[in-house]
This record gives sequence, structure tokens and C-alpha cells, in this order.
Amino acid sequence: MSRRAAFAPEARAGVLFVIPALTLITVFYILPVIAGFILSLTDFDIYSLGSVANTRIVGASNYDELLRNPVFWQSLRNTLYFSVVGGPLTIVLALGTALLLNARVARFKPLFRTIYFAPVVTTIVAVAIVWKYMYHPRVGLLNRFLGTFGVHPIDWLGDPHWALPAVILMAIWKNFGYSMVIFLAGLQNAPEELYEAARIDGAGPVRQFWYVTLPVLGPTFVFVSVITAIGYLQLFAEPYVMTPDGGPLNSTLSIVMLMYREGFRWWNMGYAAAIAVVLFVLVVAGAGVESLIRKRRAA
Amino acid sequence: MSNATRVTRLFPFCILHFAFLIFLQACSGNSAHHKTTIEFWGLGREGEVVAILVPEFERRHPEIHVVVQQIPWTAAHEKLLTAHVGDSLPDLVQMGNTWIPEFHTVGALEDLGPFVAASHAIRPENYFQGIWLTNLADDHLYGVPWYVDTRVLFYRTDLFDHAPKTWSDWMQVMQRAKETSGRKDFYPILLPTNEWAQPVALALENGATLVSEDGRPEFNDPRFIEALQFYVSMFRRGFAPVVPASLIANLYQQFAEGEFASFVNGPWHVGEIRRRLPKDFQSKWATAPMPAPDGKPYPGLSLAGGSSLSLVRRSVHKAEAWQFVEFLSEPAQQLRLYELSGDMPAVKSVWDAPVLAADDKLRAFRVQLDYTAPTPRIPEWEHITAVIFEEGELAARGQFDARTAAARMEARVNQMLEKRRWVMARK
Repeated sequence: MSRRAAFAPEARAGVLFVIPALTLITVFYILPVIAGFILSLTDFDIYSLGSVANTRIVGASNYDELLRNPVFWQSLRNTLYFSVVGGPLTIVLALGTALLLNARVARFKPLFRTIYFAPVVTTIVAVAIVWKYMYHPRVGLLNRFLGTFGVHPIDWLGDPHWALPAVILMAIWKNFGYSMVIFLAGLQNAPEELYEAARIDGAGPVRQFWYVTLPVLGPTFVFVSVITAIGYLQLFAEPYVMTPDGGPLNSTLSIVMLMYREGFRWWNMGYAAAIAVVLFVLVVAGAGVESLIRKRRAA
Repeated sequence: MSNATRVTRLFPFCILHFAFLIFLQACSGNSAHHKTTIEFWGLGREGEVVAILVPEFERRHPEIHVVVQQIPWTAAHEKLLTAHVGDSLPDLVQMGNTWIPEFHTVGALEDLGPFVAASHAIRPENYFQGIWLTNLADDHLYGVPWYVDTRVLFYRTDLFDHAPKTWSDWMQVMQRAKETSGRKDFYPILLPTNEWAQPVALALENGATLVSEDGRPEFNDPRFIEALQFYVSMFRRGFAPVVPASLIANLYQQFAEGEFASFVNGPWHVGEIRRRLPKDFQSKWATAPMPAPDGKPYPGLSLAGGSSLSLVRRSVHKAEAWQFVEFLSEPAQQLRLYELSGDMPAVKSVWDAPVLAADDKLRAFRVQLDYTAPTPRIPEWEHITAVIFEEGELAARGQFDARTAAARMEARVNQMLEKRRWVMARK
């Protein structure tokens, strides 16, 4: 009884402190998710805009239709392909450049840091224009370059086999700077004594990297991987600006592009909401994997 | 600390700035007192051009002020729908005429019947019939044609021996062009695989209706299958490259260099070819009405395209906006629109103006405009067009034949129209 009395004022203060944040989270995160889920159980569409009475509760039939839609599976495949290929490449490139920038012998570090980071803050539309020129089958820089090795011109954005890799390449270039900066921060946190100790024990650069740098970067690594994976699952802007229609034979259509197309182009809001819920589950699963890894590391 | 001092130092400046803004507001407020402001959304180039026509209107109607907002074509459809949902549509909008049934369904547009009935300037008989029909939805009028567009055949006179009049004639002309050219990267025709207009025009020519009034797909109709077979065969025989429009780097340059000998497209290309290509090239190309299916009268039918002017139902300035519609429909303004943008006049009498009548490249369009057919007037049409070119592209790439493509279209569109049939049944 006395313990509760002593605790109560603190608890009340605590509740007061979290209420503003909880309210915001409820209004802007939790309620929209619930509303989206409810919407996904209806056939809200262009006729519903005319009159709400033209809306039916259709239960899971949006999901049923979605799972039977080959275009959805293709967009899922494209998105996963993008994440599985683009994600690791982005991370490796980011880590590589971070290591170079962190190397003691490196010169003009601020300049290179700016150059590598510039794509992240450049507007995607401008980037798309430049990359479209680079990928142009006849006059593009890339084909000119490959041509000097006798490679036949490739129709980068027009060939269903090459369109997605081309978009991945552009996305890696656009995004790796962000992860690079985080890796750089992680590297600068590595205590110099550890490297000194490793050198005294006779470790060369490779073993220093393996036994000192990587373990130090562990948490950063998990964070960057998950942020990259979640970001790439929500892939939209890069393919949207390069191949607005989803590319030849939908080869660059991502889940979010499919959702946008269904929702805002055709105004099939119920169906688009079902896509959003599926994507939500995927992203939550991705975040779940992260916390699992974290817990295992902590244990 | 330093931030705080900076803010205090800027404070007087901010006050001054606000005072100035309020002053400006007061000035404009004064003159706007007895002026009605109407807002007009123009799409693409027309959005720019209409701003040039506005001063004359404002001179004649000093009590009305027109604000023009320009919206790019590529985002226009989404933007207009979203604006309707957000209740932020302007008073008057330019509408692609195939969108009218859709925007009528969502209740965005005002019935123009009473306005036209009371109008001396705008009479249905002044317009091309096929185009006027596209503005009807559920037997009511929701748009006044502003400019028209249809598709005709653009061809190189030095690469085609003559303008084909029938489909089989067309095939032979392309075959000969390919044989005489000898170039490996030469194509007798360009049909971008992400454009629905070409296969749909061929289908309309062949008498296909695509979708019935009560919302049933008619893609398994032999007339449609025959037209699709003809379309697909142009790719399968190597006459047309399987590429979407986004990958054609420079249509005009490639046309001039003879990489392809023809394409089926709209009137805006006439101005562009003249503007972008040298003078000595201008004698090497021509336009011709659509070749007709064998056994059908020449010319064949083509699309009834173009843009209309529509009043927004929620607008409170419909009378003023209608005056602007009447102004834009005057023959003099229709002619100016043509001169400024190359958009073809919707009012028939304007075509007698020398600048249009004497233009040999436009003659095919004038002929074609009397032979147009509207596409199905249902809100799903925009979505259906995507199904047509998606399945059409797969057939063009050889994944299956035209008959299978038609069956796939039938199945997909049937599912799409289930809701329409339910809504229609409830009425």
C-alpha cells in the first residue's frame, strides 16, 4: 500500500510525458494502418467516389484476387530481386568507400565524401534524366564504353532482361552514400588502441579488418542492412522516373508502383489497400528479423 | 545563444515583411472587389497557350479575371481525380474527351445541356459529330469540344511508293519498302507498344465495339480478333520494332534519317516535324487517312480524340466560366489556338480558313475527322486501354498469338467490369 502511494505520482508524471507522443503515434500511424486494413476489405473504387453506397464489403476477395494476379507476383519478384541483389551491393560499396575515406593515407577526404554523398541529396528527376542518357542504346555513354570492348549495344531500359539491373545500378549509385556516411561514423568510433594492440600482436591489414573493424561495425552493419532492405522493399522513385509504365513487360514494376498504379491511376482503392497491407506485413517481417539478430547478438 | 540573438535581430525585419504582405493584399483586395476570379486548368501545351488568349477575354469582360494553371499531360488524369476527391478542382477544366464518362461517374462535372440550349455561340451542328458524341455520358453533355484530334498515317513519300488505301495494300507497301531499303535497322512502320491508340483504331475500323453499353467485354468478337491479328502481324513480320515510346530517343530525327518510314499518330506531329526538321525534308513526308480493312469503304474509321472544356459541378462561378468557354469556342479564338499550338479546331467552319484549307499536310486530318468513332464511354476505359496494349505487347513479342491475346483481354476486362454491371443493375 505504502509502496504504491510512493510510486503513484511518478507513474502519473510518466503517463503525462508519454501521452503527447502516444497520441501522435495513434493518430498518424496506428489509425491509418487500421483504416487501410478496413479499406482493403472493401471494393472502394471510382463508383464509390460518385456515391459511397456503391461500396461493398468484399471480405478477403481483394487478397484472393491479388494472390491470383500474375502481375502482383511479378512485382513481388522484382522487388525481392531488387532488394536481394541491390541491398548487399549497396552495403559492400558503402563499406568499401567508407574504408577508403577512413584510410589514413587518403587525401581530399571532405571532397570525396561530398562527391559520394551528392547523389543522395540530388533530386531523383535530374538523376533520371542523366541516367537515361547514359543508358541510351545508340548514343549512351555506357554502350559507347562497352563498345570499345566489342560488346554489342544493349537496350538497357528497353530489354526486359536488362531493365531491372539497369535500375538497380542507378539505385545503388544514388543510395550508397547514405550508408557510407553511417559506416564512416561507425569507423570513426573504432578505438585506435584496438588497432595498435592488433598491430603489436602482428596482425596485417586484412586481419585487422576481419578481427577489429568488422566486429566494431557489427551494430552499424545490422542497422544499415535493415534500413537498406526496408528502403528497397518500398522501391518506387527510381523505377518510376526511369520507366514510368513499369518497364518493358512490367520488368521494373515494384510493389509500391503496382499499388500507386491501382490506387491513383485506376482508383481501385480497396485493391490498392490490400497491396499496402501485404507490403506492411513484409516490412514488419523485415524489421522483426533485425530485432531477432540484435537479441541473438546481445545474448 | 547565437541563434537566439539572430532571431531577435531578424524580428523587426519579419514584422516589416508581414506589414508589406498585408499592404499588398489590401491593394489587390481593392481591385478584386467587383471582379470575379475564375480558375482554369489547362493541360500541357494548351495550358501555356491559353494564357495568351486570356488578355483579350479579360479586355472584353473586365469583370472577370481568369487564372490559368498548367498541368503536365502525363500526370493530369491522376491529378484531376485527386483534386476532385480533395474538393480542389477549379471552375473550368480541360478534359481529355475519353475521361469524361469517368469524371461524370464521380460527379465532378456539370451537365452542359442547359448552357448549350441557351447559347447562340455553341451549336452541336457546328462540330464534328463523332467528336461531339464523345462528350456525352448517360445521354447528357459534359464537355464542349475545344480542339480535336484523330490519328492518321504519317509516311515518307520517298520510302512508300503510295499511300495505302486498304490493309492488304498497306502490307504490300511496307513489304516493298523493307525490300528496297536493305538497311538492317530499317522499319516500315513505328507502333510504340505502350500506345493503345493504334490497335484500338484498327479495331474500330473493323467494326469492333470493344465493350457493350451494359458493360460486357467484346474482345472475342471476330472483328476485334481480325484487327488484332493485323496489328500483331506488323510486328511478327518485322515491319515494326517492339519498343515502347519511352525508348524512342528522337522520333523526328529517326523519321528524317529513314529509320522508319511511317507511323500512325496525331496532329501535333505535323507542327513538330516542321519545327524540328530542315526545310528540304518537308517535301519528303505526307499524311494520309487511315487505310480501310479490305472490303470496307475508304477511309477507315479513326479515333475521335481531342480535348473538351468542362464546367466543374462544385464551382460557384459557372456562368462566368461558361462565358470563357463561349469565348474559346469563337472561330477567331479557335483559329488563334491552332496558330499558337497546332491544335486542330473543333468548330468545322474554322477549317475553311486559308491557313488550314491550304495546308496539304492537314488535308488528311480534315478528311479523317468526318470518319471517327468514339471509344467505349465508360469510366473503366482508361484502365482497359492498358490491358489492350499490355496483352498486345506480349503478342507482338510472340509470347502467344492474337487470338489468345484477345481471350486474355476478354477475361481481364470482364473482371474489371463486374462492378459496373452491379452498379448498373442497382439503378
